[in-house]
Amino acid sequence: MTQINQQLLHTRPHSLQQALQLLDQTAYTILAGGTDYYPSLRDSTPDSAVMDITGIEELKRLQVDEHGLTIGALCSWTDIIRADLPASLKALQLAAKEVGSVQIQSRASIAGNLCNASPAADGLPPLLICNAVVNLASASNTRRVALSDFVLGNRRTALKPGELVTSISIPASGLGGVSDFIKLGAREYLVISIVMVASRLLVEDGIIIEAAVSAGSCSEVAVRLQEVESLLIGKPATEQTILNQLPASLGALSPINDVRGTAAYRKDACLSLVRRSLNRCLLAAGETAA
Amino acid sequence: MNDIRAQRSVDAATASFIVTINGRSVSATAEPLQRTSDFLRDQGLLATKVGCDAGDCGACTILLNGEPACACLVPAAQLADANVLTAEADDPVLAELREAFLQTGAAQCGICTPGMLMSAASLIQRAARRQAELTGKNDTATQAVDRQSIKDALGGVLCRCTGYAKIIDAVFLVAVKRQLADACDVAHAALPDNARLTDKPSAVGARISRLDGLPKVRGTEKFGADVIPSDALRLKIIRSPYHSASFTLGDTQTWAKSTPGIALVISAEDIKGVNRFGVIPGFTDQPVFAEHKTHFRGEAVAAVVGDRQAISALRDDAFPITWQELAAVTDPLQALESDPVIDGRKNNILVEGLVQRGEASASLESVDCLVSGSFKTRHVEHAYIEPEAGFAQRVGDRIEVYTCTQTAGMTQESLAEILGIEKSQVRVIPTAVGGGFGSKLDLSIQPALCIAASLLDQPVGGIYTRTESMQSTTKRHPSDMQVAIGCNKNGKLEAIDFFGVFNTGSYASWGPTVANRVPVHASGPYYVPNYKAHTKAVTTNVVPAGAFRGFGVPQAAFAVESLLDQLAEKISIDRLQFRLDNAIRNDQPTVTGQVFNQGVGIADCLEALIPAWQNALYQAKQHNLSDSIVKRGVGVASCWYGCGNTSLPNPSTIKIGLKPSGEIVLHQGAIDLGQGSNTVITQMVADALGVNLSMINLVGADTDLTPDAGKTSASRQTFVTGNAAIASANALRQQLLRCVNASEDSHFEFIIDAVLVKDAGTEHRIDLQALAKGSEYVFEAQETYNPDVGALDNNGQGIPYAQYGYGAQVVELLVDTELGTVKLEKITTAHDVGCAINPQLIEGQIEGGATQGIGMALMEEFEPGRIENLHDYLIPTIGDIPEFEHHIIEVPDAEGPYGAKGLGEHVLIPTAPAIINAITHACGAELRELPATPARVRAAILKHNGQSV
Repeated sequence: MTQINQQLLHTRPHSLQQALQLLDQTAYTILAGGTDYYPSLRDSTPDSAVMDITGIEELKRLQVDEHGLTIGALCSWTDIIRADLPASLKALQLAAKEVGSVQIQSRASIAGNLCNASPAADGLPPLLICNAVVNLASASNTRRVALSDFVLGNRRTALKPGELVTSISIPASGLGGVSDFIKLGAREYLVISIVMVASRLLVEDGIIIEAAVSAGSCSEVAVRLQEVESLLIGKPATEQTILNQLPASLGALSPINDVRGTAAYRKDACLSLVRRSLNRCLLAAGETAA
Repeated sequence: MNDIRAQRSVDAATASFIVTINGRSVSATAEPLQRTSDFLRDQGLLATKVGCDAGDCGACTILLNGEPACACLVPAAQLADANVLTAEADDPVLAELREAFLQTGAAQCGICTPGMLMSAASLIQRAARRQAELTGKNDTATQAVDRQSIKDALGGVLCRCTGYAKIIDAVFLVAVKRQLADACDVAHAALPDNARLTDKPSAVGARISRLDGLPKVRGTEKFGADVIPSDALRLKIIRSPYHSASFTLGDTQTWAKSTPGIALVISAEDIKGVNRFGVIPGFTDQPVFAEHKTHFRGEAVAAVVGDRQAISALRDDAFPITWQELAAVTDPLQALESDPVIDGRKNNILVEGLVQRGEASASLESVDCLVSGSFKTRHVEHAYIEPEAGFAQRVGDRIEVYTCTQTAGMTQESLAEILGIEKSQVRVIPTAVGGGFGSKLDLSIQPALCIAASLLDQPVGGIYTRTESMQSTTKRHPSDMQVAIGCNKNGKLEAIDFFGVFNTGSYASWGPTVANRVPVHASGPYYVPNYKAHTKAVTTNVVPAGAFRGFGVPQAAFAVESLLDQLAEKISIDRLQFRLDNAIRNDQPTVTGQVFNQGVGIADCLEALIPAWQNALYQAKQHNLSDSIVKRGVGVASCWYGCGNTSLPNPSTIKIGLKPSGEIVLHQGAIDLGQGSNTVITQMVADALGVNLSMINLVGADTDLTPDAGKTSASRQTFVTGNAAIASANALRQQLLRCVNASEDSHFEFIIDAVLVKDAGTEHRIDLQALAKGSEYVFEAQETYNPDVGALDNNGQGIPYAQYGYGAQVVELLVDTELGTVKLEKITTAHDVGCAINPQLIEGQIEGGATQGIGMALMEEFEPGRIENLHDYLIPTIGDIPEFEHHIIEVPDAEGPYGAKGLGEHVLIPTAPAIINAITHACGAELRELPATPARVRAAILKHNGQSV
């Protein structure tokens, strides 16, 4: 049984405006699907003021228009799996299917995944390859922050006091081509990744026009592998290119040793996953072209 | 409604809302952040089980607005206007699933069953909706239910008993019946066949569904946490945060009085009896509450009792205690060189085990072919889904405790000693057990509950959190083993030299058993003329290691079976043939010098596997011709395992009574953890009495009602309690025959108020009502069976067990050589059970045990102080399980009931070594350390290729 201190605040606003006004006055812990909130309590009971944002309908929208795609902060992984999305977001959908279990996918929100800022957040690599932007709002302001600038470190984000993530946008520029995602774990289902790789390729007339590759669980924050991307752009869209162009090791990564794997293993496996992921993109691009 | 919403949207200490639960509208008030799992259980809906409170086990899965969700992660406030379906629901899909789970044997202990049922219901409901939408569109074949979609739907629910295969069967069966199943999978499906139930005149051998299964599939089974009365006080244990520490308790009495809701603090000084417990005479060294010093992280120092809210809100730092961290030694090899962890325990050696025969060292110097190696395994956590729980109450001058345990009798004896009262003053009423696997043999929360209840006028309940369960209860022993094996040029084993150090943790628990069992078994089921096996159980500052399915033998088998493969390769003999050539036979002495002139079944097991083995080798060869990255491998390993206690008395007693009404009552005290003793023992009694199974009424374990059937451990219940049950049935039969002077060939018919004894054309009638003299039973028989074993001498020679069981498994798998990941394809098993009392339960044991072997081989690694949840501690999910094929071998054992042998632990032993051998076969990598995680496998592959990572 969860015991709440009588003084402990809990609120469940039903409009964004109301939520932001309340947040302006009190430093609430934001609760959505609860899939990170409850485990973080460990064996203790809630001890901070909590704002449950799941009553705010306007945070649940998922829409595509000429500016790109907007994913409401409260969209669950199940929402993303079931949505009809362009091939560039297949990586995100593949990642969604590998989040925990169907029980977690149906509850966990995409914004929660980003705000929790785990080095192993499944949502980060597939959003990074689409140049995702995080939309933030406070009582007095709204601002847009590139996802790569939003997650600052292990459990650290650029979220300021009084701010709420309202949505994640994928600009039209990030929606081109095809994408892929691979998660490497020590078992099927309910597993934290040892390494994750997402990639997106835009191929025109047999030439790689755009390349975006990211890796998760191999550094404090998932990162784009720009050295790999720049080696691919302008090259023929063939397996041979990928084989020839990939570096012998990935300098951008700084993995750690932990119970899931050694740092050396992570770097080694990441390189294999990058190659496989790019090859799978090529295959998908070929099917799209055909 | 809008008014209510407006009110709710401001800060509130409680949330009032309307929620539809199982079709019924409920107006509720709850703390807004209360977990929905707790909220539902407060509503009396106890089918929603709590296994981890973190979304890691899925036992609490409900359907929330039609979608599966872990109720432990849903705040009650979000239930406003929601639709909730729980495992109790009267729902047609759930009803079909319940029946299918029962029919296929998909429920063993039953703790995960509600979560599985709800996840499966979600899949079936969605498939049915899709099919309805697609009707008329000629598109029904797409998105049909197949085995993969079942795995995807159920992947979030952990099961530690079944190995998942029968759960997949059950869900698939419902999909087939509803015509939702993938046509291709239907064609390949071997659907459960319960035809033998009607074909077979006898109960023994029938593939019947478990007799205690109905409450498990209905979600009405009562586990430890389900029996705690609502008015009970709750108890929380204060634990050491350090591996080693000294501590001083503050003024706990004043603290308790001044803290709202706290009734009592108990510590070592409240123990009226002996502040020590253990499981082996002479090794009772673990305090209920530590005195001044703690020796492992998680060790209990005190317990706080109070009302439920106060206890759940209690923070560790609020309790008046000061800690002083002390130097700790956690590595056993280091401990051998260190000061005693426990005062007086020289070199930290708890106990040493030795079995020797012939001249191992001398023989190894002269053998034609020699292999050797060092092997290492880690702590393995039992990870049953039910954390320890129960409650105790004072009734007159007695204490009653309701709890999940693997042993009623031993729990009763230990509690009486701790409480300083007579054994007869303690009543132990075991609840259903949500998995045990050895760890629930030991006391956990029970002593604190009983001490508190003895001081209070209210019942006291408690439930371990997952963290507490993982921190403080026993584990599989980590091991460091050095082994050398030699054979002659004809491939006959000449000698084995085994040395193993087992990290037994701070207190003894079952450490002595591990140290003694391993030397007896390390040879494997092979004839080894020259043998030496020496073990040391070493004390360290970590959580006690104890009993876990196999008592150390799985660790030893990993080392020995790995080297047997090397030896076979070295002398170019097929690996299975090599094992067959060396398989121990009737009339050959075991390593303890025991000679069985019948019943030795390992060769039969290995022979049964030859077709699967050869086919697997061919498949692997074909695959590897065309794939340079993902390599296919095949491995084999054997097991043998002595059933019952090693060289110690090991009795079971069974009582059967015949009521004046004609009702037969079986007092069956062997605790059924899901393995099936309730069913198997009843099957044997039915045949022994010559009655239909349905005539027998079961009374389950309760120290007031059932005689002691011993512990559910050591693979002994079918064998030992089975023999006691048959003896009781025979005694009852004799009483009835003598009553009317009928011959041995007579048959009984039990009718209302009478027994008809039919003897060669004559029919005698025993009028039970006329014979009743006010006692419960008109006829009553109680018999004991105790296997005939003897002490081992200084060289470990003697008769440790009255029978052994045997088995072997073939594993086929794929190794991704770039990533080091392993995907299991198939496990083919052959286990000699002597007589298959119930084939369905046997398959369930094999699949569940093999799955624990998969975990041990590939992913399971507990690290004290670092891994204390099921998020980081990985056990196999439904997605990690291969196809199973079973050969049930029946080489009868003269000592076994109907020839039956024990099975429960055997099934785990060959799996890990067979997996490791298959990995080596696939890619050449040698694994000397478990678990073979992707990182370790990849490193071994690179090493094999002469590279480094």
